Amino acid sequence: MDLTEYLPRLGQGLLVSLQLTALSVVFGYVIGLAFALGVSSRRPWLKWPALVVVEIGRGIPALVVLYIVYFGLPALGVLFENFWAAVIGLTFTAAAYSSEMIRGGIQSVPAVQREAASALGLSRTTSFVRIVLPQGLRSSIPALMGLAIMSFQATSLAYSISVNELMSQAYQVSTITFQYLAVYTITGLIFAAIAVPATWLSVWVEHRLARGAV
Amino acid sequence: MGDALLVVLLGLPMTLLVTALAFAIGLVGGIPLMIGLRSRIRAVRLACRFVVDLIRGVPPIVWLFLLYFGVSIGAFRFDSLTAAVWGLGIISSAYLAEIYRGGFATVPRGQSEAASALGLGRTVTFGRVLAPQALRTALPSIATYLLSLLKDSSIASTIGVADMVFNATMFARQNPATAGIVPFFIAAAVYLIISVPVAVTARRLDTRLRRTH
Repeated sequence: MDLTEYLPRLGQGLLVSLQLTALSVVFGYVIGLAFALGVSSRRPWLKWPALVVVEIGRGIPALVVLYIVYFGLPALGVLFENFWAAVIGLTFTAAAYSSEMIRGGIQSVPAVQREAASALGLSRTTSFVRIVLPQGLRSSIPALMGLAIMSFQATSLAYSISVNELMSQAYQVSTITFQYLAVYTITGLIFAAIAVPATWLSVWVEHRLARGAV
Repeated sequence: MGDALLVVLLGLPMTLLVTALAFAIGLVGGIPLMIGLRSRIRAVRLACRFVVDLIRGVPPIVWLFLLYFGVSIGAFRFDSLTAAVWGLGIISSAYLAEIYRGGFATVPRGQSEAASALGLGRTVTFGRVLAPQALRTALPSIATYLLSLLKDSSIASTIGVADMVFNATMFARQNPATAGIVPFFIAAAVYLIISVPVAVTARRLDTRLRRTH
């Protein structure tokens, strides 16, 4: 059987995977920033809950998070469409991981920056928002790019909750054509064709940032 | 609740087995790849870089499906456990090669120069001088990778390996009215119970190694 007629299906799947990636990365990084601020906070009632949520998000497999959202929440009366269940699950994982990366970036900003800001008479809020945070976020860019690549790969787990992304399409095509080896090789290469150049890009950005450029 | 706990825990040995075997493959398989990544011959270096990036560029679930459904040589086919262990093992080799390489990159050049000034051969320099130092700095990253491998072992459930997550989904499907979210929370809790101590140890190790340097 000719595989080429099934390639458009894989293309459609890839489109869904990319949508999942975009949504979970955008939402995940915004929530991750909030958690990073929470964990860095000096107020214990803010710091500890944030830390616990982050460690839970990083400690349990993304697949289990997806199952909890997909199978678990309906039992509590909350129903999601598969696609949105996947978005919620992947967002949670991305938020937990990104918050640690953003926190690491914020911590890497030298203390003298804050001291200089206060010597210039800037308030603590202004000094954090205008001086510390931009530099912290800048140094966490390579890690966040790496996480975006991981998030793209993690969309393949949405196969397990029947979202029509690339992996599900590959599974369906392989069961129609019986060409398992060819279909999964092509699928793997599609993932790699995006992930590998993206990795090289993140390495390049890291080098440029290290040299003080960008 | 009690039933769910028992069913999920029955999958724990399989989770640990898949993780341990894949990690063992990765620890060994990472070495030749790392040597290739550090080769003095540019072509070898680039080829190994490409292989490592390619392996890491393909999601684990695709690797497992490729090995489990895709490989059939004559009558030979992987059973689900073997496919999961080798799939995750291949991925681990690539990640650990990169971690080893990072460890060697932190060893100061003066160390190998001093070794050669002392008249040590290349193998001795590598095995007795550079490798121990590299491994020491790489240890926290290796521990962190082991944790991410533990979590990735859950993907083996998608090809039918009866690990914790597989048992949790089975239990949820067989008891749709009563089970719901419980078996997954139990599995999540077990992952946390295993990973938190390792994470804390890795972080302590990291700060201690930083201090001694």
